[in-house]
Amino acid sequence: MDRLDPALARLIDRVMLARANRVAVEIRGGGTKHFYGGAPTGEPLPVAGLAGISSYEPTELVVTVRAGTPLTELEAALDERGQCLPFEPPRFAPGGTVGGMVAAGLSGPARATVGAVRDHVLGLTLLNGRGEVLTFGGQVAKNVAGYDVSRLIVGSLGILGVICEVSLKVLPINRATATLCFDWEESRALEQMRRWASQPLPVNASAWHDGRLHLRLAGAAAAVSAARGQLGGDVVAPEAALIWWHSVRDQAQEFFALSESQLAAGECLWRLSLPPTATPVKLPGRQFIEWHGAQRWWRTAADAREVREAAAQAGGHATRLRGAGKSEAVFSPVSEALMRIHRELKRAFDPVGIFNPGRLYAEL
Amino acid sequence: MRDDMPRADARAAAVPSAAAQAQASRTRRQAEVVAALSEALPPAAILFRHEDTVPYECDALTAYRASPLVVVIPETETQVVAILRICHRLGVPVIARGAGTGLSGGVTPHLEGLVLSLAKFNTILAIDAAACTAAVQCGVRNLAISEAAAPYGLYYAPDPSSQIACTIGGNVAENSGGVHCLKYGMTLHNVLRVRGYLIDGEPVEFGSRALDAAGLDLLPVIVGSEGMLAVTIEVTVKLIPKPQLARCIMASFDDIESAGAAVASVIAQGIIPAGLELMDKAMTAAVEAFVQADYDLDAAAILLCESDGTELEVAEEIARMEQVLGAAGASRMEVSRDETQRQRFWSGRKNAFPASGGISPDYMCMDSTIPRKRLAEMLRAIEQMQGKYGLRCVNVFHAGDGNLHPLILFDADVPDEMRRCELFGADILETSVHLGGTVTGEHGVGVEKLNSMCVQFSPAERAQFLAVKQAFDPLELLNPGKVIPTLHRCAEYGKMHVHRGMLPFADLPRF
Repeated sequence: MDRLDPALARLIDRVMLARANRVAVEIRGGGTKHFYGGAPTGEPLPVAGLAGISSYEPTELVVTVRAGTPLTELEAALDERGQCLPFEPPRFAPGGTVGGMVAAGLSGPARATVGAVRDHVLGLTLLNGRGEVLTFGGQVAKNVAGYDVSRLIVGSLGILGVICEVSLKVLPINRATATLCFDWEESRALEQMRRWASQPLPVNASAWHDGRLHLRLAGAAAAVSAARGQLGGDVVAPEAALIWWHSVRDQAQEFFALSESQLAAGECLWRLSLPPTATPVKLPGRQFIEWHGAQRWWRTAADAREVREAAAQAGGHATRLRGAGKSEAVFSPVSEALMRIHRELKRAFDPVGIFNPGRLYAEL
Repeated sequence: MRDDMPRADARAAAVPSAAAQAQASRTRRQAEVVAALSEALPPAAILFRHEDTVPYECDALTAYRASPLVVVIPETETQVVAILRICHRLGVPVIARGAGTGLSGGVTPHLEGLVLSLAKFNTILAIDAAACTAAVQCGVRNLAISEAAAPYGLYYAPDPSSQIACTIGGNVAENSGGVHCLKYGMTLHNVLRVRGYLIDGEPVEFGSRALDAAGLDLLPVIVGSEGMLAVTIEVTVKLIPKPQLARCIMASFDDIESAGAAVASVIAQGIIPAGLELMDKAMTAAVEAFVQADYDLDAAAILLCESDGTELEVAEEIARMEQVLGAAGASRMEVSRDETQRQRFWSGRKNAFPASGGISPDYMCMDSTIPRKRLAEMLRAIEQMQGKYGLRCVNVFHAGDGNLHPLILFDADVPDEMRRCELFGADILETSVHLGGTVTGEHGVGVEKLNSMCVQFSPAERAQFLAVKQAFDPLELLNPGKVIPTLHRCAEYGKMHVHRGMLPFADLPRF
């Protein structure tokens, strides 16, 4: 009696075939992050058939969900029980999947306070390049049995294998939130964000753009209301605040929208991940700052080298999120020692090199 | 050559037996390695005489011992690199060691290997209050970081019970937890960057001072890798604002089931306590004798439920906690009035291990994690095992995250007790896997739980672990023989792997 999930069985067959024929495959969820990373190549390998919430126990703060499940479906199920994905993964367009969220590893506005996607992955089932179905981690928060492979997969852009199922730590929705606004220029905003983050305040997210700082407080009602009184600023109406933070999370704001003509003119959207205390970065173009200063988005036509140099000088790295043409590298290079480990890890999971070639680095 | 160097020829010539020959070959090897090391290190930094290396024969899991070939105590990174290059060239296993407080035999020496003591790398390099980070060398003690950060109103959250002695390098190796990780996470969640060396002496950096780094996220693989992938020299940790205050509720329950259910209720109500700990009756009796903190000795289980934050936050949360615990059937509840009383509530919990030492000549501490809802079931199973193995067990749990620390009491001098204790422990671990949990929550696999890894992971999963190791350490010289059991070992152990995840029969009950 074989009760292997038929969708999983099909995926295994596809992988075994690709392996035998040494044909590259492009793992595909909802296709909402197609633009992210190196240009996809290979035959599409859809995982949408592998869908559904496998188990959800609110009192365990854990949900186990199959990779092809739409993110909206997962979030709706959590919301019904007063819980959420606190790291607020971006939904660039409708139809994104849980597998895509894990593969991309991108987190939203609250990341600096609550942690990233990676921090909330408790376990993961992976189909590797040998056609083996492997489960790492589990459904409990404290687990140090073996290397933490499930979290290595987060943000790997599918180069190590097909994510089949993932267990996530979820949290109760904050009992109270409030959004405050301050009209401050960049350096003052940066300084204030840092100051607040180093105090016992219920600061949950911060975002600065075009002379205006938004600060979201979240936590116990008493703490939020006390902090509100203490910090001052203009209070944003709750509904408006909710919409505003969603538009930051999903990059739906005007700042993040690059038209075809702007792209063609060489304008790119860059993500600079920096130590939060880094002084203002000087680049031509416009900027949107999040994560108390640790994530700085730039819309700029500056060339890649200039952007990467600016990021490296500030102690971080730069990712080209959107831009025309895919000839240039998307991610900052890593040291030769780390690249050697990358190559060996790629070989360890995907010996023949069938999964998402070039999506993370050209040689992987 | 130094005068006190091992003299292979002189010792080997006298005795011809097989054992003596092995000893002679070991002594020759020792001489070779010591000679090579002497080029790079001062004599005082190299220990190889048996009486000098004895302190390095085990970690806090003293039941497992081995005598290392040589122990080195470098003071500079240049020396570390030289040592690694020598070991890499000569094929000598390297076991990096911090304070030796580990509980799973993670630094048990290799008979043909070198113990790399990193005790001298104990400098706090920088506290950056604005960035809320601290850069420290690997040998800095866990508690020392919080002490250094205290003037800035900051602290380092993970607090393993050995925090006065254990080092951050060891915490990184084990991904250590503590009583506060339900709310604040494990070591991984509180580390930004690890700098160190690969086995060939090449410098390497995982993570960054930003919140992420380019490429694959290797930090989670390094943290918790038990010294098998790289040697950690420097760690940048996150500091968080010290809560203004903390208060703790001590609640008694008349039966284990309602205590277990109370834990689930607290979480279900959307409360994430700063700490949520459970002690059973036997444990409470043992710690009361040790600390005299006025614990309720009649309770079947005691829960410690803590809230931290601003004064208003804590008041709000404590009220909700009291309500939930009361509704869950707490027979007695006391809320700490002040810091002194709060510390007293915790004094027993924090002294659970030494208190167990007070009621038994030896004890072995288990560390599995199970889904919270199965706490009572697990306690019942342990109760039955006490009869089966003829040994007593006292229980303290990080109940909030389902992490169990049953302490099996035994006397190593009584024939067979050690063996029964090991069987008892393996039974607890494997029952945990059956209940949907894991064999280790925060202490690591080391050598202690190698057999249980056969139960938790399939041969293909174990092979994948090994391939990960080889990606970092192709010659398998860093702490070999830990964490990943060999196929042969699992075959000999002979217990069935419990299918988890999406493979067929994952949901079939196995007992």
